[in-house]
Amino acid sequence: MRARTLPHTRLRSSGGTRMTRRVVVLAAVTALGAGLLAGCADDSGDDGASDGSSSGGGKGKTTITLGLFGTMGFKEAGLYTEYEKLHPDIKIAENVTERNENYYPALVNHLTTNSGLMDVQAIEVGNIAEVVATQASKFEDMSKVSGVDKSNWLDWKWSQGTTKDGQTIGLGTDIGPMALCYRKDLFQAAGLPTDREAVGKLWAGDWNKFVSTGEQYKKKAKAGTFFMDSPGGLINAILSSEKEKFYDSSGEIIYKSNPAVKAAFDLTAKAAEEGLVQAQTQFQPAWDTTIANSKFATIACPPWMLGTIKGKAKAEDAGKWDVAVAPKSGNWGGSFLGVPKSGKHVKEAEAFITWLTAPEQQAKLFKVQGSFPSAPSTYTMAEVTGAKNDMTGDSPIGTVFSEAAKTAPVQVIGPKDQIIQQGLTDNGVILVTKGKSAAEAWNTATKTIDNNLDK
Amino acid sequence: MATRHDTAAPPVKEGGAAPGRPPAEPTEAEQRHRARLSRRWQRDKRWSPYAFVSPFFLLFLAFGLFPLVYTGWASLHQVEMTAPTDMTWVGMRNYTRIFDDDFFWNAAKNTLTIGIISTVPQLLMAMGLAHILNYKLRASTFYRVAMLAPYATSIAAASLVFVLLFGRDYGMINWALHFVGIDAIDWQNDKWPSQFAVSSIVIWRWTGYNALIYLAAMQAIPQDLYESAALDGASRWKQFLHVTLPSLRPTILFTVVVSTIGASQVFGEPLLFDANKGASGGAEHQFQTLGLYLYEQGWVNQHLGRASAIAWTMFLILIVIGIVNYVISRRLRASS
Repeated sequence: MRARTLPHTRLRSSGGTRMTRRVVVLAAVTALGAGLLAGCADDSGDDGASDGSSSGGGKGKTTITLGLFGTMGFKEAGLYTEYEKLHPDIKIAENVTERNENYYPALVNHLTTNSGLMDVQAIEVGNIAEVVATQASKFEDMSKVSGVDKSNWLDWKWSQGTTKDGQTIGLGTDIGPMALCYRKDLFQAAGLPTDREAVGKLWAGDWNKFVSTGEQYKKKAKAGTFFMDSPGGLINAILSSEKEKFYDSSGEIIYKSNPAVKAAFDLTAKAAEEGLVQAQTQFQPAWDTTIANSKFATIACPPWMLGTIKGKAKAEDAGKWDVAVAPKSGNWGGSFLGVPKSGKHVKEAEAFITWLTAPEQQAKLFKVQGSFPSAPSTYTMAEVTGAKNDMTGDSPIGTVFSEAAKTAPVQVIGPKDQIIQQGLTDNGVILVTKGKSAAEAWNTATKTIDNNLDK
Repeated sequence: MATRHDTAAPPVKEGGAAPGRPPAEPTEAEQRHRARLSRRWQRDKRWSPYAFVSPFFLLFLAFGLFPLVYTGWASLHQVEMTAPTDMTWVGMRNYTRIFDDDFFWNAAKNTLTIGIISTVPQLLMAMGLAHILNYKLRASTFYRVAMLAPYATSIAAASLVFVLLFGRDYGMINWALHFVGIDAIDWQNDKWPSQFAVSSIVIWRWTGYNALIYLAAMQAIPQDLYESAALDGASRWKQFLHVTLPSLRPTILFTVVVSTIGASQVFGEPLLFDANKGASGGAEHQFQTLGLYLYEQGWVNQHLGRASAIAWTMFLILIVIGIVNYVISRRLRASS
């Protein structure tokens, strides 16, 4: 309104700034151009090195890129630095996506179009069956790489990453033998034993006993605390100790008819109904805060979970946690590293992951990061038997987890495990904490899953 | 820059290109050369414009038309993302099953309700803000820039902050509500609270943007209309009702159309609002929009054929919305 009365001053003023604007635009264009040129220069440097023309004289290093998800811990354990020291002409860069649910669709997309792939791609155990079945042609056969020795790995871990005709698309990194982490102080306040042997005996052999322990806990529990962190955590723990869960050994989907799945669902729903589990979803900000505030007494605990707890808990909680054997041993998590054929530095990447997944490195990774080795020869190494975690004080966690690794069942995994699992937890048992009945929750979960599986 | 007539060349007259040289009879070679030049010039004149506009159309063909047609083709097949070239013809099956797909209709309903609770208050607030900013204010440029700041924020960043604010156990909003005696609301898991929370992200982001559009339109309303209204004794409110609103009618229509299209495509806000449940839009799909459902089928479940059918259905719905908007706007124009 005001400007309408003074058109001349307006024009003049804009004319005065035109010069400065031009300068700004020019500067911006120059900066962008320089950036692009720099980018190109970097690239060509890389390519030169991959042709083997590099003399390792500080210039033209080969950069191996890794596509990872979550916290895999290689960098944190100092393994990149170590490898770079051993191979001065190699540089390692990782590209991490926080959640596998976001990482995996992108990976599949890149694999089917054969573009945008890193030199090394991580694959989660929940997806390995699908990748092996549908994308094997896009990966190098790791079993043929020199230095890779099949006998280093647990048999089942090796075979999970191998196709029917014997092509190994991924080398195993860690596994997730599952135990139960518990808060000694909260157990004591509720009148439960705190010694790890005695705690293990409370529920030995039966997940139902675990839930009854929860009922006992609730009677005298410290106000505001829960026996377990989340319904998703509980059903996952129970299911991971089954030999068959969603698929049978012939590859048929049996999740709806498998009594073990229904039993796990109902038991979790019962615990949720009685208020033994908190209405949380794992790995969400609120769940993190719950750990920091010491609001729950137990959590299903593969070794890597100790790393999570360490990351989220307050420093003053150090030593208040301990690890007991689970009612039945299971496996939760674990990954594979594969080398896509379309990568820029295939040979270098193969050599790198061969080194990275060798028993010595797996042991180091466990010592620093808590990712449990899939190489059984490490189970007697000092790094494993003597491992300690700040949160669990002096507890010999390595021995507990080794025991679980040896007794965990070799589970049948199927291509759509992740979708089924997510439907059961995120669209199923969580609803019971919202006041839905177990039957309603099961209904929602199965409807969601069937819709998601239907091609 | 303005043309200065004292320095610019005078308009060229017939034969004015080569003054001074006597008109000589051109040789045969020269004539041929001239004819060739002239033909080239003709061709140039004829085809160059097409070359100049071609970049857009080539890009449109590659990134607009081809995907559209290909999606249509894929929607008639059963095809998985793990093997996009392996297609099985299923005819209209992907479309017919949408009719009994509860999840699709649930998503459509959510898109509609989220669209309404985000668009209506958003436009009303934008109108109010624009009206206030239209007054003579100290530091008005600051307010105008500040209004656009949410729009410049990335959806991801905004959504993540809103997730923290709307947390059930440790969120700031529930903490504030508890002081006025309201129990903790589970913003993520209850139907209406979650839809409201998602809408609030949309509202926060777009209100300022729409307010600036209204403001621009308000500034174009002739001042004398207000002056004569004031002379007639109209209050500020009456002026707003009888001068501002009628003058803004085309602008309002424009923002309604743009917001409606935006609302039918809401995606990022609900996707990030419950990062864990991701594309399923909450435990009971209570805030799953059509965009999310499309993404869930295509990228999470990897059913490209189904996702393509959903995409085309959404496209058709948008066309219907467009036609409805067109009819309404024609009616409005005819009545005014």
